[in-house]
Amino acid sequence: MLGAGTKRTEEGAAVSGDTEAAGSTGTAAPAPPAADGTAARTIEARDVNLFYGGFHAVEGVTMTVEPNKVTALIGSSGCGKTTFLRSLNRMHELTPGATVKGDVTLDGEDIYAAGVDPVAVRRLIGMVFQQPNPFPTMSIYDNVAAGLNLNVGRMRKADKDAIVERSLRGANLWEEVKDRLDKPGSGLSGGQQQRLCIARAIAVEPEVLLMDEPCSALDPVATLAVEDLIGELKSKYTIVIVTHNMQQASRASDRTAFFNLEESGKPGRLVEIGPTETIFTNPTQKATEDYVSGRFG
Amino acid sequence: MAAISQHPGGVKLAGGILPKWAPYGVYGGSFVLVGAVLAAAGSFTVALTLALSVLVACAGIYAWSRAVEGPRRAVDRTMTMLIVAAFALAMIPLASLIFEVVKRGVPGLSWEFFTEDSRGKIGGGGAAHAIVGTLVITGVAVVISVPIGLMAAIYMNEYGTGKLRRALTFFVDVMTGIPSIVAGLFAFALFELFFGPGIRLGVMGSVALTVLMIPIVIRSAEEVLKIVPNHLREAAYALGTPKWKTITKVVLPTAFAGLVTGVMIATARIIGETAPLLVTTGVVDSMNADPFNGRMQNLAVYAYNEYRSPGVMKQASYDRAWAAALVLIAIVMILNVAARLVYRRYKTEIR
Amino acid sequence: MASVDTTTNAGQLLAAASGGRRRRGDRVFSNVAVIAAVTILALLAGVAIFLVSEGMPALTANASELPGGETFIEYVAPLAFGTLVAATFAAIVAVPLAVAVALFITHIAPARLALALGFLVDLLAAIPSIIYGLWGIFVLGPAAVPVLKWLEENLGWIPFFEGPASATGRTMFVAGLVLALMILPIVSAIAREAFAQTPRKQMEGAQALGATRWEMIRMTVLPFGKSSVISGAMLGLGRALGETMAVTIILSASGVVTFNLISQANPSTIAANIALNFPESSGLRVNLLIATGLVLFLITLLTNFAARAIIARQQGGE
Repeated sequence: MLGAGTKRTEEGAAVSGDTEAAGSTGTAAPAPPAADGTAARTIEARDVNLFYGGFHAVEGVTMTVEPNKVTALIGSSGCGKTTFLRSLNRMHELTPGATVKGDVTLDGEDIYAAGVDPVAVRRLIGMVFQQPNPFPTMSIYDNVAAGLNLNVGRMRKADKDAIVERSLRGANLWEEVKDRLDKPGSGLSGGQQQRLCIARAIAVEPEVLLMDEPCSALDPVATLAVEDLIGELKSKYTIVIVTHNMQQASRASDRTAFFNLEESGKPGRLVEIGPTETIFTNPTQKATEDYVSGRFG
Repeated sequence: MAAISQHPGGVKLAGGILPKWAPYGVYGGSFVLVGAVLAAAGSFTVALTLALSVLVACAGIYAWSRAVEGPRRAVDRTMTMLIVAAFALAMIPLASLIFEVVKRGVPGLSWEFFTEDSRGKIGGGGAAHAIVGTLVITGVAVVISVPIGLMAAIYMNEYGTGKLRRALTFFVDVMTGIPSIVAGLFAFALFELFFGPGIRLGVMGSVALTVLMIPIVIRSAEEVLKIVPNHLREAAYALGTPKWKTITKVVLPTAFAGLVTGVMIATARIIGETAPLLVTTGVVDSMNADPFNGRMQNLAVYAYNEYRSPGVMKQASYDRAWAAALVLIAIVMILNVAARLVYRRYKTEIR
Repeated sequence: MASVDTTTNAGQLLAAASGGRRRRGDRVFSNVAVIAAVTILALLAGVAIFLVSEGMPALTANASELPGGETFIEYVAPLAFGTLVAATFAAIVAVPLAVAVALFITHIAPARLALALGFLVDLLAAIPSIIYGLWGIFVLGPAAVPVLKWLEENLGWIPFFEGPASATGRTMFVAGLVLALMILPIVSAIAREAFAQTPRKQMEGAQALGATRWEMIRMTVLPFGKSSVISGAMLGLGRALGETMAVTIILSASGVVTFNLISQANPSTIAANIALNFPESSGLRVNLLIATGLVLFLITLLTNFAARAIIARQQGGE
């Protein structure tokens, strides 16, 4: 693997003609909006084990997240779905004492490799949280542009405006906020705030979007809006969504992964993964069947 | 080697990373470099080298990180280094203060220091009268402040109705902001009105310290009383206990450790106050343990005086000033540590 | 209250419990508590009243009667100036340092050390002011002399560093630094509280966008804590305004009004002036000093009110 302090040389053609120092993050602007914009990638997890200090939280997860599909992670509380999700964008390790064993690759590249900058990983794999968390001191415009301001130094105002508008449209929020872009992000309703967070996440053009129970804090109308949005977004992004709500999983996802705990104190495991329809109507594992038919959880 | 995928915008997942020892190495190197330059210029001091090498190290780590890791990482590393340096900068005076007080105070300590007063002893004498004075003046202040402060806190927490309570909170806030010398002037003015000018009594100092101490006691007592959960009080009421008994037999015992700690910490705060005592208790060389009769010396004013008006043997006076300071700081530290120990030992766990 | 049937057990218990004794106990206790509360108010009022009454003779005297032949305003203005310069300089040095220290403890240093590190910073507040004064004049002052010289040589065109640099270090610069150390713990403690309470979801939001640690701090922690830091700074400023002994000992004061921080000639502060002159004063001079104390009291009151107004406005606005 890479030795410390060495630089990687470029292989293959540079994208969009930008030149930047190898190994730098964020000196290049996102590619101009393409018509189909398919940059989505595959995530593969191989024997992922997650720990909080000495506590083994998740064991032996091996699964493939397919590109341009919505994969739902379901299972009862505490079985490790969110922990596993957060290991996909290297947020898990931000908890003091938390460690990761195993491989997670983004289209073949190990995101946990020695030379990899977690900051770069998080730009490529975005996250939307359970509680909408727009930055309260920033306006709506600045919220959406927050990732851009971080990752791309100078941008022409016109370019930034275009990206902000594109992201807000992509999040189905443009029409509602286009006249008040300079108002604080905290002045919106819960559902609007969550769509704002989605807009913020897609503004930097990630390849994968991770969503941790994005609708659990929202009312049914807002939930439906976000679910519709997810359906539209999958054409451009790979989406992984953790949800407690089985109906939501069966409505909104293409593939479903069922996590379970054998007993409390033991690590959570992936029990079964497959096309949503199969998981819900004809699962192969008994535990899966018990869960989806409501016998527990 | 894994294939490098074409991510949008040319973002590369992996790049160079500085070795783990980078920040320490850069600082160490800067220190050596700056030290050498200063030594060559003939103006080497440890302090100056430490300070300048921080600047050099920041520039160094920025440049190195930027070349290898990119500009954003470089900014992150540089800011981290500055923040660490700031903390060190704040700790250095603390270390120096304690070191100097010990170093300069120890020569002044002696049997004589603890047992003799200064009356009639030219160029010599001790601080026994000052030590006694400090204990008496502070003791009286505690005796006055604690009951009043505690009852006021009880009032605010257990009885307070809107108006009086709000006014009280506001005024306690105001009281915390009174400069210590103003408190001294107040005590002086108060006694002067009743006893004429030129009056100097130990108890005047206590009154001044009380003005400073009461708001601290009230604040900390309030905090502690608030923590006592309501369901304890309600359990007592449900048993038919009258309110005052609930307070004295349930609330206060539960909060006891916290209250004692608060008083000890407040005492530690005011025991080192010089200014109010300077203007009230006067300066005196002889032992006096009666707060109601004549001037009284105390450690803080004693230290100030030995510095300001040293006797014939200047260094001896300075030594005594530092020794008084050392005793003072020792008392303060002991009080602080004891307060925390008392809290840990006696606190009631509330589930 | 209707009389209770004391022939039954329950009746007897009720009668015993609700007798005059309980009511009396409660009344006594609550009265004592109220008295204590009122005493506080009386004390505060007393401070104001006594200061005014004892200071009044000096305020109403005309210039010829006052020692030094100046009017009260002429006497107190340079002192007020010195007080403000010293305190402002201290605040300017202390606040960024306190913010950095708070960031270090809450976000950079390992979490399990936070308590111990906070304790160390708070130790600075436990040290009596006279010790700061002695340390300032015997240790920091001499150590600062080369720095003062350097400032005069390289930055002497700025009015603050005009010089000529003092040879003993007994300057406003050094006094201000010591004051800054004394107020650092207060500002830092308030900043620490605020930074530690930055909502996790905001910090994680920034991290998920791919922010570095410093960028996350800049985007979430600092804006969140801004109003607390400002109010902490003002409280620190209030403390510095009233600080006496450190300034009294360190400063070699000659009463001039100047912005020059590094020379032998410095303005005095109100508090230091009182401390220096009070013990030997009598008669009208005493009234004069008390009147200056009144002015100091007013200045600190205004500063503290401003601090609380800022807090209130921020809390109301959110």
